[in-house]
Formats: sequence, structure tokens, C-alpha cells
Amino acid sequence: MADKKRIDAPTGTQTVGHEWDGIEELDTPMPRWWLLTFYATIIFSIGYVVVYPALPGLTGATKGTVGWSSRGELDKTMQAEAARKAPILSAIAATPIEQLPAKPQLMQAAVQGGAAAFKTHCVQCHGSGAAGSPGYPNLNDDDWLWGGDLKAIEYTITHGARNPEVATTRTSLMPAFGRDGILTKGQIEDVVSHIRTISGEEKPSASARRGATLFEANCAVCHGPAGKGMREFGAPNLTDGIWLFGGDRETLARTVADSRKGVMPAWDHVLSPVTIKMLAAYVHSLGGGEATLAPNPAEREPGAVE
Amino acid sequence: MTGLTMRAGSFLCAALLAFMAAAFAADAGFAIHMTIVCLAALIACWATISRADYTAIARGILHMPDAGRYDDDVIRWGVIATVFWGMAGFLAGLFIALQLAFPVLNLGLEYTSFGRLRPLHTSAVIFAFGGNALIATSFYVVQRTCRVRLAFPGLAKFVFWGYQLFIVLAATGYLLGITEAKEYAEPEWYVDLWLTIVWVAYLAVFAGTIVRRSEPHIYVANWFYLSFILTIAMLHIVNNLSMPVSLLGSKSYSAFAGVQDALTQWWYGHNAVGFFLTAGFLAMMYYFVPKQAERPVYSYRLSIIHFWSLIFMYIWAGPHHLHYTALPDWAQTLGMVFSVMLWMPSWGGMINGLMTLNGAWDKVRTDPIIRMMVMALAFYGMSTFEGPMLSIKSVNSLSHYTDWTIGHVHSGALGWNGMITFAAIYYLVPRLWGRSRLYSLRMVNWHFWLATVGIVFYAAAMWVAGIMQGLMWREYGADGYLVYAFSDSVAAMHPMYLLRAFGGGLYLSGAVIMTVNVWRTIRGDLRTEAPMSDAAFDPARDRPVLAQSLATPAE
Repeated sequence: MADKKRIDAPTGTQTVGHEWDGIEELDTPMPRWWLLTFYATIIFSIGYVVVYPALPGLTGATKGTVGWSSRGELDKTMQAEAARKAPILSAIAATPIEQLPAKPQLMQAAVQGGAAAFKTHCVQCHGSGAAGSPGYPNLNDDDWLWGGDLKAIEYTITHGARNPEVATTRTSLMPAFGRDGILTKGQIEDVVSHIRTISGEEKPSASARRGATLFEANCAVCHGPAGKGMREFGAPNLTDGIWLFGGDRETLARTVADSRKGVMPAWDHVLSPVTIKMLAAYVHSLGGGEATLAPNPAEREPGAVE
Repeated sequence: MTGLTMRAGSFLCAALLAFMAAAFAADAGFAIHMTIVCLAALIACWATISRADYTAIARGILHMPDAGRYDDDVIRWGVIATVFWGMAGFLAGLFIALQLAFPVLNLGLEYTSFGRLRPLHTSAVIFAFGGNALIATSFYVVQRTCRVRLAFPGLAKFVFWGYQLFIVLAATGYLLGITEAKEYAEPEWYVDLWLTIVWVAYLAVFAGTIVRRSEPHIYVANWFYLSFILTIAMLHIVNNLSMPVSLLGSKSYSAFAGVQDALTQWWYGHNAVGFFLTAGFLAMMYYFVPKQAERPVYSYRLSIIHFWSLIFMYIWAGPHHLHYTALPDWAQTLGMVFSVMLWMPSWGGMINGLMTLNGAWDKVRTDPIIRMMVMALAFYGMSTFEGPMLSIKSVNSLSHYTDWTIGHVHSGALGWNGMITFAAIYYLVPRLWGRSRLYSLRMVNWHFWLATVGIVFYAAAMWVAGIMQGLMWREYGADGYLVYAFSDSVAAMHPMYLLRAFGGGLYLSGAVIMTVNVWRTIRGDLRTEAPMSDAAFDPARDRPVLAQSLATPAE
């Protein structure tokens, strides 16, 4: 189209003179504030490029006038944080775990540090409230598989459970009474009846009486004649109504028939001894911690002893 | 006749090749994909044979299209495809939003897991909905503003159907677990090659039409379309450079590794936003806003400066996706400053769009399509301010990896891309199907409000969620330890996820209203309702300038 410049009536601005399918363009100058802001961002950017690492060369990039680097900043933050925590951490490290409760300030710091580590490393299995889930023990109650005093907990965290690569790991193996053909299906049902009777979930029955005999012959060696469990084998107490995998008939029958063997990592490969100590303090503090068999047990609240 | 035989024959050959590739495929996914290709080729062959005008061929008549009209068939298909894929994409989006709130909706199947449906959603809305809108509107706009018919009409049809095949292969691939694991570039090597062919054909049609134009100047919308087509070609090819494990298998390995791979990916990813979702949609804006407002574009000078500064700046801004990663500091710095400088070039488009309404602001009150356009530009302005802000490293250290990013993307995608596309569809449908007006302008108004309120719910929920996540992740107690576990922040998100899904539901229901409106308009129905204002349309003027000599007919 030939130039058809005209003055646009509503705005009083001249058009550029082009037209496409009825669309014209006004010759409005660029808004001043727009242009100035654009220049301002360019000037800011030039300044930023001078101050911070920015321009690549053949052997590396410019370092910037303030010598900032993201790794440097991270190092600085981490070091400052480490320096802040160093006194308390070294004090915790220097204190044997069973003496921690005697130093309330250290104990509190250890519990807080342990809570933080728990959120990162433990919640995946034990849950964010440490309430566990089928196969993963609840850490809030006073039912302990391997012992619930500070030293025992620290040992469990350090060496893990049933860890094939760690010689010192907590270990034991329940026979698979069904799979290995030790008990018949009916006998397993009887044993389950007995277990559910001693845990108070079923009324005594003929089946439970038959189960009691079987229990004495096959189970009592680890779980104890009364079914109260034995910690040296990690054998759970069967009378307290707390179940690791579930206490209904079906689940119990599966446990007896196929056995269970929960595994926990040995954390000394991952965490520092002081972190493990703090974790133990935190788990101990959740509610079910037991007093260490220490010289002066008077310091512990009596309720924690089983 | 030979042309017809050749075409049918080559489709048949393609079907045979695909059949053999399916038979000898190295993996099941590739076999399924080749079966789809085989079916597509057979359908194309059948369509070629059954739709040919044999009487005309027998009498030796060359079937000439009406040179006095624009080539609109492929645009009509494109509009329908846009609506269809839009619905599919929005529905997938709502479903995965609900999956985040209620994980049980993953249904325990690998095919319906969030990880596979999420790329289905993003590709459906960006490439299927947005891509079809861009292809259709670009063919519409380039013809009108050049006053000529499309340069290669046959090739344009190939572009449309080829692009749909690409979408089907990409979407089925995601469900089958076939992926390059590059965000927004998930399709595997053979789908990438196919898209490259389609895209080059698209470029040929578009550039060819511009070359043959009857206007002395190239309209600004066409600059934006051309920059979009060219840059996407470059980005697509470079980011997808890879080596297939087998020529009959779906797996390939990228040519890049480590941080180079990440940088290439985000150079691609950010410019997919920049050139697909910004430049391409600005092109739509530059045509449809002045047409609907019936006003001249605000400033020619601004359009030149903001166009060149936008396309120059955008291409460098990608590293801001990799702040605080293994990417060297200098690259992060450059990514950030180019993003900051991008602020005003982006806003140039918003100013030019909004100020085009000078002298017609009253239409915001009376014309629901203008209202949509204004809202689109407002969201465009908001998200192009938010983008540079999020690229600043200290802001990014809070926002990165949080749902703030999701909120940002959606205020741009739902607000800008969605709204401007809806407006363009409402503009196009009556004109393309020769109706006096839309079935209902009141329903456009309903769509406008549902979409707007939906976006507000969505964006607000994600802002709150993102900032909350960022703050929870970095919250240290006085003892120097983190206060929250990651899972605490996940649990805290639940109410926000519900609000987001609610907003998405509103947006989807608006789109349902649009689908009904478009369908009834195409059928030729008119709803009896109190009138609202709309832009005038004179079909007599909607014609190409006929070339002085028609001595050399095409085809």
C-alpha cells in the first residue's frame, strides 16, 4: 500500500502509513518510563557483571570484584554453622551416652540435634512421628526389641539389625515354622490362638490350650515361657498387644509360618558418632526410654523402668 | 492422475515400511508406535484415493482452488484441533492436580502414574493446544496481512496432519514410558526426526507465503511468527541431538552429558517458553487485538525495539533454571542479568497490546472478547515481571524447586496463552465458517469469568504453597537444625493442592462452555440473547489481492 499517513482522531497521533488487512500502526514514541527502565536494567546488569563472576575466557571466567562464588558462600555458611555448633557437639562427643541425662543442657541439645537427624535419615521407615508402620517399630512406646536404654539404642543405630555386612549387627532369626515343615497348618493356628490368648485378644479355648504346649516346645526358648520376649534375641514381647507386623490371626499365622526378619542399616557408615549419639538421645526421649543400668538410677524417672 | 497415483503409492510404501519396522522392532513401545504410523499412512492413502474427483481427472480438468479466497481449510481443522487438544490437556491437568492431592488416583498402574501423565498434560497444552493454535492462526494471519493465499497449500495440509501424528506419537509414548527425560522435549529420536520434517515444511509454507506477499511491508505479527518458527527449529534440533541404540528401537542417548546436558536442556526449555509461548502468542496478539478493537497498533517504534530486544535477550536467559547447581557461577550470572534485562522488552508487547485500546476502552465493558484479550495481556505483564524477579538469585534461592514455579508458569499459560488463544478462537470461528456471529457472546462472558476466577485460585494457591515450601525447607531453629522434614512440607501442601485443583476445575468448565459455543457456531446456531458488542466483519474485504497475471497457475 502506498503511504497513507493520517492523524488518528481518538489519540491525535499520526499513523505510520502502512496498512495490513485494515490494521494500521500509530507513530507513538516509545514510552519514556519504559525506555528509562530498560536502560536501568541494562546498567544494573553491567554493574552486576563487574561485581560477580560473569565473563568466560579461555582459561576460566572473570571472578568479579567481590570475589564471590556460590561454593565459597556455601563453605562460609557451613563453616560458620559448624563453628557455632562445635562447642556443644564436642561436649556431647566427649560425654559417654549414659552420662548425658545427668547434664540436662547437653541432653537437650542432643535431643534437638537427634530430632533433626531423624527427620533426614529415619522418617522414611519409622515415620515422621516415629510411630512406625507394619514391619518398622514404633519408637514412641516402651516396647523394645533390642533394649530401650540409651546405650542399647545407640548400639542398634550404630550397627543396625540383621545387616549381613556388619559382624556386630543385632541379629537373630526366627524359624519359618510353616515353610520349613516344623509345624502343620493346624498347629500354627493353635499357636496363634495361644498368642492371642496371652495378649488378651482372645478368650481361652481348646485350640489355645493345644497351642500352649506347642509354644512351650517351639517358641519359649526365644520368646520366654510366658511369651514376654527376650531382648538378647530381639524376640518381641507377645503379651503387650503391641505388634510389629500385625496382631490379627491371618498376619500372625503368616509370621509364624514364614518368619520375619526386619533389617535396619548400620548408620556408622553414614553418620558421625556424635550424630548417632544425638539420635539415640532423641529416640530415647520420645517416651519409652529406659534408664541405663547406671550407678545412680535415682536420677531417672521411675516410670520408665519396666 | 500420475500425481494421485504417486501420492497414494508413497503413502502405501510408508505404511509398508512402518509395518516392517513394527514387525522387527527391538522393543514393544517402538512396535506400537510403528503400528500407529502404519495406520496413519493407510488412512492417508485411503483418503487420497477415496476423495479424488475422478470425473474431473477423466475429463482432464485441473482442480483449481478458488484463487479469490484465502486457503482456510487447514485453518478450520486447526481451530477444531486446538479446541479438542485443549480439552484433553486441561482434563489431564485437572487429573494430575487431583493426583497430587489424592495419590490413590495414580491407580497403581504405571500408565496412569503422575510421572507419565504429567508430560502428557504439559505437551498436550503447550504443543497440541498451543501448537495447533499457533499453526492455525499463523496461516490465517500470514494470508490476511500479506493478502495472498498460502504458498504451498498441499504442504500446509501435510504440516497439519503431520503435526497431529507427532502429537499422537508423543502422547502415546509418554503413557508407554518412552521418553528422553528432557522436560518439554520428551519424545524419542524418531518422533523428533518426524517433527523436524513437519517443522521445515511449516517454515517453507510460512516463509513462502511471506515471499509471495502482495503488501510492501511485512506486518509485525509475521516477524514474531517467523522468529518463533525459526528458533523452535534450531532449539528442537540441538537439544534433541542423540544417538539411537537401535534404528528399530525407541531408546536413544543424548549427545550431551552432565551439566552441559542440563544447560542445553534449559537453553531449549526456556526458549520454548520464550519463542513458542511468548513470541508466537505475541504474534497472535498483534493481529487479533487491533482487529477486535478496530484500532491502530499503539506504537510502531515500540514494536520494532521490543521485538529485536526480546529475541536477542531471550536466547541467553536459560541458565536461570540452573541457579545454585553445578552450572558454573559465570553462566548463572549471565542467565540472571539477561533475564532482568528481558523485563522491559517483554513488557513492550503488553504496552503495545493494551494501549492499542486507546480510544476503544469502552469495549472492555461491552465486548467479552476484548475483555479476554485485556486479561491475557494483564497476565502476560504479570508473569513477565514475575519471571525476571524469580531469576534474581536471592529470590530464586527461595522459589527454586517449589510450587511457586508452577504458579508462575500457570499464570502465564492459563492467563496469557490460554486467554489470548480463546479470544483468537472466538474471533476466528464465525469468520472461518461464514456465520454472522458466534452462537453466544454471553457464553464468552461466562468463559471469561470462570477462567479468570480459576486462574486466581490456581495462582494464589501456588504462590502460597511455593513460598510456604521454600520457607519450611530453609527454616532453622535456634539450635541450628532444620525445623521441618521434607515430608512435613508435603503434608502442609494438601489444602493448597485442593484449592489449585478447584481453580483448574473452574478453568476447565470455562473451556467446556467454549467447546459448546464453538460447536454450536459451526453448526450455524444462534442463541437468542441480549446482544453484546463484537468487531465488525466484512467477508467481501476478506480476500487476497489477485496477482495481475494468473498466467502460471500453481499445481
